Amino acid sequence: MKLSDLILSNYKLLSVFNRFDINLGFGEKTIFDICSQKQITPEFFILVCNIYSFEDYLPNNKNLLDINPKELINFLRKTHYYFLKESLSEIENDLDELCEHCEDNHLVILKKFFIDYRKEVINHFEYEENIVFPYIENINKLGFNTDYNIHIFEDNHSNIEDKLSDLKNIIIKYLPETCSSKKRSILLEKLFCFQDELIIHSRIEEKILIPLVSEIEKHIND
Amino acid sequence: MINKKYRVLIIEPSTIIYQGLKYVLEKSPNFSVIGYLRDIQFLPQRLPQLKADIIIVNPNLFGFHKRQNISNIFQDLGSFYLIGLSYAYSNEEVNSNFSAIIGILDDGPKIINTITNVVTSEKNIEKQEQSDLSDREKEILISIAKGMQNKEIADQHNISIHTVISHRKNISKKTGIKSVSGLTIYALLNNLINKDEFV
Repeated sequence: MKLSDLILSNYKLLSVFNRFDINLGFGEKTIFDICSQKQITPEFFILVCNIYSFEDYLPNNKNLLDINPKELINFLRKTHYYFLKESLSEIENDLDELCEHCEDNHLVILKKFFIDYRKEVINHFEYEENIVFPYIENINKLGFNTDYNIHIFEDNHSNIEDKLSDLKNIIIKYLPETCSSKKRSILLEKLFCFQDELIIHSRIEEKILIPLVSEIEKHIND
Repeated sequence: MINKKYRVLIIEPSTIIYQGLKYVLEKSPNFSVIGYLRDIQFLPQRLPQLKADIIIVNPNLFGFHKRQNISNIFQDLGSFYLIGLSYAYSNEEVNSNFSAIIGILDDGPKIINTITNVVTSEKNIEKQEQSDLSDREKEILISIAKGMQNKEIADQHNISIHTVISHRKNISKKTGIKSVSGLTIYALLNNLINKDEFV
């Protein structure tokens, strides 16, 4: 399949391409062309595209075990980076724009809500990048010599989508009518997109990363 | 009178209790028991497919610490009435997760009655759903925005923790806002509290 056809069939894959360092302007290149050029496992690339395109898509057990955990973690790290540097900073800019043009000083509090939320997201990602991912990358070396296991992560994996819904509701329903509708719509669209992406991202962590590592742990213990 | 057939799901480890409960419920034309789960594994995957209107669950299936928050666990999995099934003594805080509790010593008519009350009384709440917060809910919201815990709110307003929790649920349902900080902003924007009270 041609890369261009992928994007034309689901434009949301644009953000996925970004995370695989695939730049636009690829002409007629196919999935396999680009995968060998960028050293991506084609099956993994296709898996990610499927997850982003179909709400309930999950790999079967055999395909799950074929995933290289390092490649998956690499993708998740890139996604975190994208969320923080792109999605959240764009949302912040739009929120500032909105606040600037509204007199209501309550908007300062809205900004505070956002900043607190971003802290939460950063903490969430830092835990994964500093504790969970290194554990997985070294799992073969560590073997029994660690108290950590993936179920600790599973139990502690917090939900960072809910507060976005709160923010959406406040902006849709409760900011006064005097606040620019246009600026609100721009911000809302970004919030919706970001939330969709977060949901997919958590699905990858919960339905793919955790089961995969859990299987690997079983083999180590055998 | 109800003119709907409610789909009931039972989550209970004992087959005997399940069969008994099914027998009792299906004496009423309003309930059909659509399924039976013996454990709570994979709830998030299984529940949405079953499309239950009423879930009767034995709280003992949940670990001790999770028991206090059963309603939160179910909240994200769909909208249904949650009813607790109690073998013997169960504590108040656990019970407050449920719209009602049925005991295994209750007789058939009592069980039917309990569940019927839940679906009919909460219907009224559904009707109010579009409307603004009631005065009582606004008072509770102010307390929440001030950072008070459920227990403190209950004491201040002379109501049970159970009532506080159900007010909180309705406030979140109406506003679409779950977090305390989000509710605080709601309270500020609606002039229920002013900025100085908010630390």
